[in-house]
Amino acid sequence: MAPIIRAERLELYYGTHPALRGITMDLPANQITALIGPSGCGKSTFLRTLDRMNDLVPTVSIRGRVLYRGEDIYAPGRDVTALRKQIGMVFQKANPFPMSIYDNVAYGPRTHGIRDRGRLDAIVEESLRGAAIWDEVRDRLKKSALGLSGGQQQRLCIARALAVEPDVLLMDEATSALDPISAARIEELILELKQRYTIIMVTHNLQQAARVSDRTAFFLLGEVIEYGPTGQLFSMPRDKRTEEYITGRFG
Amino acid sequence: MRRRRPVETVMSAVFLLCGLVAVAFVLLITVYLVLSGLPAIRQVGLREFLFGTTWASTHATQPQFGILPLILTSIYGTAGAIVLGVPVGFFTAVYLAKAAPAPVAAVVRPAVQLLAGIPSVVYGLVGMTVLVPWVQRTFRLSAGDSLFASIIVLAVMILPSVISVSENALRAVPKEFEEASLALGATRLETYLRVSAPAARSGIATAVVLGVGRAIGEAMAILMVAGNAANMPSLFESVRFLTTGIAIELNYAAVGSLQRMALYSIGLVLFLFILLLNALLGLVLREGVDR
Ligand SMILES: Nc1ncnc2c1ncn2[C@@H]1O[C@H](COP(=O)(O)OP(=O)(O)OP(=O)(O)O)[C@@H](O)[C@H]1O
Ligand SMILES: [Mg+2]
Repeated sequence: MAPIIRAERLELYYGTHPALRGITMDLPANQITALIGPSGCGKSTFLRTLDRMNDLVPTVSIRGRVLYRGEDIYAPGRDVTALRKQIGMVFQKANPFPMSIYDNVAYGPRTHGIRDRGRLDAIVEESLRGAAIWDEVRDRLKKSALGLSGGQQQRLCIARALAVEPDVLLMDEATSALDPISAARIEELILELKQRYTIIMVTHNLQQAARVSDRTAFFLLGEVIEYGPTGQLFSMPRDKRTEEYITGRFG
Repeated sequence: MRRRRPVETVMSAVFLLCGLVAVAFVLLITVYLVLSGLPAIRQVGLREFLFGTTWASTHATQPQFGILPLILTSIYGTAGAIVLGVPVGFFTAVYLAKAAPAPVAAVVRPAVQLLAGIPSVVYGLVGMTVLVPWVQRTFRLSAGDSLFASIIVLAVMILPSVISVSENALRAVPKEFEEASLALGATRLETYLRVSAPAARSGIATAVVLGVGRAIGEAMAILMVAGNAANMPSLFESVRFLTTGIAIELNYAAVGSLQRMALYSIGLVLFLFILLLNALLGLVLREGVDR
């Protein structure tokens, strides 16, 4: 299967500090890829290069290529807003806008020009269903999103991301700030979403990576040390450093 | 309970005293304005005073004391300044808070602060020597002193507070909101207008109310560009504000005359406007806390 995203010799510097040191990686469509590794090894940085969120950091410089459906997303003249519509992102800390639940989900579609009330209603319902939160909020769509629990807020953020109909969902430790039950719900949700989306998730929870993902990449100091099918990486890691990390003998 | 040290006791007494002095002055001014403002209103009649359209305080036989032209001029002038100044100030604030490259911000921000420090008489002077002749030429008027010139001066004068208060409010918007918006494919401008500005709205509302306060209380600068005839307001006519109405006549109105007492009454009306405004500000701020 052709990869939906391919990074080629990707290097990223914050000023002079190298955060990614030549990453080459194929990310297959409709699979869940987990990125694991110790803190500061560049997982978030890599994830954010995939939808060009690093553009917001003024000191960043990037070399190499990232191909999305075969086209370089860093090519000059590339429409970044269109790219970000196709590649959605869910953040570590749930960050619903200080607006109503409805307006949160409708924000993306409205941004992309959908004004028709009926269509928006349909998108909002479908997205909330997709994020497994519809039943909990259907009676309070006009209420502020900030009144939801942390786990609900995070599912709302997933719904908000789904509402623009992306291909790919990037999730940066999307469950790490949640209680175990909320986290488990989101894990289930991720498995359901896999049918329709390509998911790339950063996680510090190795059990989670093992449970949920199809492929896993182990990052260390800005490099991918090992990348392969999750079962294989966890049962028979090829690299000693991977083994040390997944058995907990590593810093 | 531990016994307090004498120094502390003395200091807290000093602080209390300072607080009381401020309160005492407010009370004093209020009582004074009410006492000195009421007689003329009683004599002229409240309705005639507030809604009379002619101010002819020095008429030899039939002086008239209607301040509606002054009230409307103050309201229109302030509204005009807000309509012009707030959008400009808001977009400047967005630019400074979100988009300006550091070197540009390093020039613009002190310039804005300087604008706040310029005494109003200097605004008036520049208005009189530059703006008024320009208005006259551009609109082919017999004189450039007008409501229009006043509005422009006031709009510039409210800019600094609108800019700095909105900028602070915009800066306080959590970055996560903006990232979420950008990640959904919104442009930066959309993000600032649809996410940052609403999230900062109570701060921005505060900026507007402060601007209104500054504009409605300003006297010196507009004294020099308004023309000061007590006409019912019209954009290119000479006009007189509540503030300038007092300032112009106070130094020649005879002590104890109805004219002088009427000036105090104008002061009272102005004071009530400011009180109203403060109440509004309180409301806006409280709403900000509630949300
Ligand atoms: N905006 C930034 N400016 C400068 N350096 C940064 C910035 N963001 C990250 N870094 C640095 O880049 C390196 C990689 O950071 P990154 O956040 O990608 O790590 P991570 O693997 O996601 O870590 P964690 O597991 O703690 O989230 C770190 O050394 C970090 O200090
Ligand atoms: Mg991270």
